[in-house]
Amino acid sequence: MTNASLGTLKVEIWRGAEEGDFETFEVPSQPSQTVLDLVTYVQRKLDPSLAYRFACRVGVCGSCAMTVNGTPRWTCRTHVQKVASSGRVRIEPLRNLPILKDLATDMAPFFDKGQEALGRFVPSDARASEVATIPPDDPKRKEANAAIECIGCGVCYSACDVVSWQPDYLGPAALNRAWTLVNDVRDGDRQGHLKAVAEDAGCHACHGHQNCVEHCPVGLNPTRSIAGLKRLVVMAALKGEL
Amino acid sequence: MKRLELWLYIAQRGSALVLAPLVLLHLGVILYAVSGGLSAAEILGRTRSTMLWPAAYGLFVVAAAIHAAIGLRVVVREWTHWRNRTLDFAALGFGLVLLLLGLRAVQAIA
Repeated sequence: MTNASLGTLKVEIWRGAEEGDFETFEVPSQPSQTVLDLVTYVQRKLDPSLAYRFACRVGVCGSCAMTVNGTPRWTCRTHVQKVASSGRVRIEPLRNLPILKDLATDMAPFFDKGQEALGRFVPSDARASEVATIPPDDPKRKEANAAIECIGCGVCYSACDVVSWQPDYLGPAALNRAWTLVNDVRDGDRQGHLKAVAEDAGCHACHGHQNCVEHCPVGLNPTRSIAGLKRLVVMAALKGEL
Repeated sequence: MKRLELWLYIAQRGSALVLAPLVLLHLGVILYAVSGGLSAAEILGRTRSTMLWPAAYGLFVVAAAIHAAIGLRVVVREWTHWRNRTLDFAALGFGLVLLLLGLRAVQAIA
């Protein structure tokens, strides 16, 4: 329901691909309005050719991540009131990823790096052996648990300056995932994970700026995970295990 | 070299470990020499009395040359488009210049 007394917002939205420009729309303000609501209003009422991506609308899927007033965020979990300074909102696609159209980026490089970092569980001889017993207070399990809730939205990757300076850098999400796996005693290729993150654009490229920590919508600390990987990789290299 | 970046990272962090106490030592030496009003001759007399001073400063110079050359290479790689092999040689050259200038200074106090 539109509430006319709340006035309108000036919403600047990126149009085009790598080359493009901002287009300004006037969107009626509503109580408890999210940034995703703004984009959806524009697409449904003002310009159906606007391309953007969303799915769950409730902060579960992570697909609606965009750059809002210069900051990467989940638009579905961002209230306009919190970010709209002087009634203006500027919405851009995520940084550090190729732009497909308008607000939709190509996430392929982000997910490819997850694979480059061997960010997937490698089974051991599981079928024949007993199910591993892992006490919840096991130190390694605690490390893995602290990093496990990543849903791969790409906000940290977009926030990371090192990715913008070194496009090959694996990035916070991929390395954070690798950290959960090297701490998983059920994983069958700990050495493989370490080798993958020790490659030239691996964990040691991180400068520890903590932009990923600052922006992670789930409140994870990828910088800490990467620091853990750095320690393990350096020790493995010095022991000649890589 | 395989995993060059990782080994450079290790060399830079290792040289930082060596530099940290030596920088503190150097600052202490400066404060001591200045506040006590030691003359150049007096300073040289003390540094030449034992091999410990030239050894400490020699280590300082080696660590600084390694640390600075690797760090500068990273800065250039990240802030410019210069990232090919020539940059590696330029960084190596920069490190060698620092090393030679530094060792020459150490030689003077030994």
